Amino acid sequence: MTWILVIIGIFRFAAPVAFAAIGETISEKSGLINIGIEGIMMMAAFTAALVSEVTGSPWLGLAAGAGGGLVMGDIQSGFVIRLAADQIVVGMGLNLLGIGLSRTLYRIRWGGADAIVQVPELPDFGGWADPVVLTLPFVAWGAHWLIFKSRWGLAARAAGEYPEAAESAGFSVQMIRFKAHLLGALLAGVGGAYLSLGISGSFSEELTAGRGFVAIALVTFGRWKPMGVLGAALLIGAAEQLQFWLQGLGLGVPHQLFGALPYVLALAVLAASVQRTRAPQALAQPYIKVK
Amino acid sequence: MKEALLVLAAGAGLALLLVLTLAAFGQDVGTSLRLLADGAFGDKYGIGRTAVRACPLILCALGLTVAWRAGMYNIGGEGQYLTGAVAGGFIYQVVSGVGPVVFHVVGLLGAAAAGAGLAWFAGWLEVKRGVQVVISTILMNFIVLKLVEWLVRGPLQEPNGLLPTSERLSREMMLARPDPQTDFHIGIWVVPIAILATWFWLYRTRAGFLNRAVGENQHAVRAAGQKPAHLRLRAMMISGALCGLAGGIDYMGWAGQISDGFSQEWGFIAIPVALLGALNPFGVAAAGVYFAALFAGSKELERFSQLDSSVVLVVQAAAVLGIVWAASWMKNRQQGGSE
Repeated sequence: MTWILVIIGIFRFAAPVAFAAIGETISEKSGLINIGIEGIMMMAAFTAALVSEVTGSPWLGLAAGAGGGLVMGDIQSGFVIRLAADQIVVGMGLNLLGIGLSRTLYRIRWGGADAIVQVPELPDFGGWADPVVLTLPFVAWGAHWLIFKSRWGLAARAAGEYPEAAESAGFSVQMIRFKAHLLGALLAGVGGAYLSLGISGSFSEELTAGRGFVAIALVTFGRWKPMGVLGAALLIGAAEQLQFWLQGLGLGVPHQLFGALPYVLALAVLAASVQRTRAPQALAQPYIKVK
Repeated sequence: MKEALLVLAAGAGLALLLVLTLAAFGQDVGTSLRLLADGAFGDKYGIGRTAVRACPLILCALGLTVAWRAGMYNIGGEGQYLTGAVAGGFIYQVVSGVGPVVFHVVGLLGAAAAGAGLAWFAGWLEVKRGVQVVISTILMNFIVLKLVEWLVRGPLQEPNGLLPTSERLSREMMLARPDPQTDFHIGIWVVPIAILATWFWLYRTRAGFLNRAVGENQHAVRAAGQKPAHLRLRAMMISGALCGLAGGIDYMGWAGQISDGFSQEWGFIAIPVALLGALNPFGVAAAGVYFAALFAGSKELERFSQLDSSVVLVVQAAAVLGIVWAASWMKNRQQGGSE
């Protein structure tokens, strides 16, 4: 029975970053790289915590977190799609916005930076079956179907590889990228909301702790395939669990080094494999419609 | 003339964004601005506070400028900054007996070299292995952060082995402070030198020209018989060296010891500073001083209102997005294109 709990634990720790990374995969497949996930997750985590506290309903909180992610994504899409601005510059701007805004509003709402805030948490049935975590494999599978099996996915992949071809086949590259981007922001919002409502039951200034950046790396690690990305996220989750486990054993093993392990692993895998797996050709290139 | 107008407009825009942000959070704008100004420039302490913050911000932003100008999106300023500080810490363990001058010279050179080495590795991964610098430097930031957490409890820990921090530098071993009551230290003089040197290198040397050219159009550079990969690796090394140097200076001049919270995200916050400075060394200097003053001033704001330095990030975000918007608006107008 314990090994089931271990697996559930891995899924729980992996869930926030997995949702965000699966969303980023959809976005990147259409040619948009979103560096602003960290900011989106922070903002979503804050909105979720706030709404959950005010209404007393974690489910409304979850919806609000997803909505917060959507709003952030919508702002971003105005810059990267409509104005065809540099995606990395805008993404960094969005990070600052999400991090700065959530921290400032947190101070105004709950007082000092050291305030410990408890908000209503999402329930887990039978003590382990967390509904959000249970949907994770289905979300990954759904993303896989959307990208690789559906007609829209074919057009989205074309927009990410060779946007001119997609446009001349009668698709609107801007509209495809807009939808893909919003879907990515929505999933990042769910990931952020799950951090505050599912894992910590609170909000703090360091809640996301760089998970939004890890999500971007995971997409490359998982080779732009939702199932691969989920696997990569679970690997990171397992390494995190291992870290706590070793810490608990008190063997005098420097557990901080195990904290670095997932990132070293990700970097090593990328260095060993990236040339054999191609990124979408038009990734991070602004698309300007020829009139 | 036109450039002067643009600079003026940018300055006015930044000031306006600050006012709007403060107002948006329901603050009394006049009082808040006075608190910010007091905290940043009100007395010698304030000026010292601003100066020590401008130092890492500007040095890291200069470094990022060199890399981004060559088309290398170095996000790893944070990791390179920390690596520089750690190199300083190890060099202290070796040469602490020799005296402060040797320690400062060797330590700062070592800090720059360590930052350069880390950035070089990220560049190498891109040009040889096809791993984008954006991704690898993000990962390296985490790796370095975790390594520092371990080092200050392991090889770098203070001799008593009690606290998770490195040995505290004695006053003689720190970079000298002309007025011991303020934070200002002589290491800050590196900043104006670095600004001028970076500008001269970028705009007045062949190497700097090629650095900008490879970012604009690598095919043209290749056609001219240059190797884009070499140019980009060089850009990354210079970038990392400046970030590492910033870490070394902060260790020897400001913090005096390395601990978990050594970097207050300077390498990360330097990214908008570089962008708002339009990736031009003088622009970077101006943006760096402005935001350093806001961060220093927010110490005062924190005591008397609900806001703290986080609000500066919101101003930075608004400024970055505002500049992106203004740039595309101007581009549209120049092309006479209709939206």
